[in-house]
Amino acid sequence: MLKFENCRIMNGGYAVEADLEIAPGACVAVIGPSGAGKSTLVEAVAGFLPVIRGCISWNGSDLTSKAPGKRPVAMLFQDGNLFPHLTVAQNVGLGLHANLRLNQAEWQKIDAALIRVGLGGMGPRKPAALSGGQQSRVALARVLVQGRDILLLDEPFAALGPALKAGMLDLVAALARESGATVMMVSHEPNDARRIADQVVLVAEGKAHPPQPTAELLDNPPPALKAYLG
Amino acid sequence: MAGRAQPVSGFPGISAALLVVALILGTLGAVALRAEAGTGLGASDWAALRFTLTQASLSALLSVGLAVPVARALARRRFPGRALLIALLGAPFILPVIVAILGLLAVFGRAGWLSSFFGLIGLEPVQIYGLHGVVLAHVFFNLPLATRLILQGWQEIPAERFRLAAQLKAGPLAMWRLLEGPMLRRVAPGALAVVFAICLSSFAVALTLGGGPRATTIELAIYQAFRFDFDLGRAALLSGVQLLLTGAAALAALRVSAGEGFGAGLDRAVRRWDGQGAAARGLDAAWIALSAGFLLLPLAAIVLSGLPGLADLNSTVWRAAGNSILVAAISTVILLALALPMAAAAAAGRNSLTELSGILGLAASPLVIGTGLFILIYPVADPFALALPVTALVNAVMALPFAMRILVPRAREVLGRYGRLSLSLDMQGWAFVRRVYLPRMRAQTGFAAGLAAALSMGDLGVVALFADPDFATLPLQIYRLMGAYRMDAAAGAALLLLVLSMGAFWILDRGGRWHAEV
Repeated sequence: MLKFENCRIMNGGYAVEADLEIAPGACVAVIGPSGAGKSTLVEAVAGFLPVIRGCISWNGSDLTSKAPGKRPVAMLFQDGNLFPHLTVAQNVGLGLHANLRLNQAEWQKIDAALIRVGLGGMGPRKPAALSGGQQSRVALARVLVQGRDILLLDEPFAALGPALKAGMLDLVAALARESGATVMMVSHEPNDARRIADQVVLVAEGKAHPPQPTAELLDNPPPALKAYLG
Repeated sequence: MAGRAQPVSGFPGISAALLVVALILGTLGAVALRAEAGTGLGASDWAALRFTLTQASLSALLSVGLAVPVARALARRRFPGRALLIALLGAPFILPVIVAILGLLAVFGRAGWLSSFFGLIGLEPVQIYGLHGVVLAHVFFNLPLATRLILQGWQEIPAERFRLAAQLKAGPLAMWRLLEGPMLRRVAPGALAVVFAICLSSFAVALTLGGGPRATTIELAIYQAFRFDFDLGRAALLSGVQLLLTGAAALAALRVSAGEGFGAGLDRAVRRWDGQGAAARGLDAAWIALSAGFLLLPLAAIVLSGLPGLADLNSTVWRAAGNSILVAAISTVILLALALPMAAAAAAGRNSLTELSGILGLAASPLVIGTGLFILIYPVADPFALALPVTALVNAVMALPFAMRILVPRAREVLGRYGRLSLSLDMQGWAFVRRVYLPRMRAQTGFAAGLAAALSMGDLGVVALFADPDFATLPLQIYRLMGAYRMDAAAGAALLLLVLSMGAFWILDRGGRWHAEV
């Protein structure tokens, strides 16, 4: 269980407070007005922002003092998820070993992950030779080999067209179901939440609210959400 | 943002910066301890100070004053070869000073093209040695720099302003009041300060074209006190004066200067509607032709006068060329070993120390560092035996400020874009450096290395202090050939040096961009 205990997260000049729990294996959308602190919440889980009060824990072990790379977390960013000078296979391989010292079995694992996301045989190419949607799939293949318990998505598919984006969200949901990962997905698009998230965390006015069932919340929005949805 | 975790440690960069600070301040300390304040500055020292300030002021005013019409012409005209000409404006920066001087002598010297032409129409040959020769050479080097700085000012004016001015039917006076005047008020002080600071610490130009009681700069006086009188106390005292001067000028230049003139995209021509009259066109064409001629004729002269001499370069010249290549290679390696960690530390948020060492690098004079190193080495070892490594080290420190300007913006970009991803992949320290930092920095590293190699290859500064008669780099050997009036041999060696400098720059810069993914 991912637990925010009485947390206060600093991001430059402003703070976000959170006191909530996310069940293991859940797929949770984080929505709210822009600038309210959606990204702040997931960046604190990833370890990029300081938690100045309270703590964030995963299955009872405190994450707050751990370095980003030592947390059971994989994250996809808005952009820059791939290194342009490395091949597709190397980009995926970073998820296994940051130094890319990989053995035969690990290279096979990379190939299998690429096949799973529909990019079989693309391993030797450079990211520039791939389309935007394919590049997102490479990043997902890396998440797959990382095999972390928590997957954070900070709107990584925002630049894709609607159909491509829907396809990527379905792939994320399928992969998470297979591995049992817990997903937190930042989104400003209620339809994304309806598509794959069972629950929604609303972040508004510097506060992250406990998760609520997606349909219930979006159909009967509280005032803060209503103002945002319009 | 302060306090954010970064995949690289600032420690190596801070250590490198401290090393540079220690070298500059340590040599300065050695100089200060040795300086004999009691004797004070003599009449000739005051004359050197006056001459230094006079020539630097004149050079700055002339360079920037001439750059205004040249930049205006380049900014509003489009013609075949414009991009090439603007690229060539960057060349004097890596052109070895001694090579340029030989070129200038061939055009403006007593036996040069201009004097020959004057002779045809019954005039006296021109005299290049002395104040006007020094200023001429400084304008040759700094007119292109000032032009680039002002051109950058033009480029920063939004295209909409030109459209607005055209709709308002702005004539030349209105254009000046609306656009050019305000731009120059912003850009010109920085350009003046930069050129002034560069000319203050000019050594090779004063060594070859100046000299004598009436045309000696402080740097040259340090060299003479050292080399001819072996008066370390006086050399140290002069070094102190020089350091105060360059330090103040470097600070002033950093205060008022906006850009650095390295910027890409200077060849972009903004669509303009002003200055379409025949007179304006003719005037612009004349300015472009004059400035191009002033730049290109000396270069052409080097090639023309050097070609015959190339055939009979003797073994001394070739040995000197080998030394120069070695010095340039070592200097480039030292520079990268200092600058790459320092750029990473600066990008990771540890700005102040790396900036400090950059400022010190601008203010430091090679002759002052050289004097200090000599004083430090003298009691324990034979300084003349260490000429090669000392020259390489000092050259690397002198190239450091330029390398930092090239590397730091890119390092910021790399850390900003890939820092968090790398951290989340647990890619830190050496793994990050090897897999992300160095590959992503490649093009900029190649550019900085190219500059460092070319500057070091052509440097005639500290090596003049340290070299004994049996040791020479190529620029020093050319200076000796000139001193022996063997101008043909000097011209041949100068052409070789030109090819080596430009070649080193081209190979390293190209190598950095070869197959680099954006």
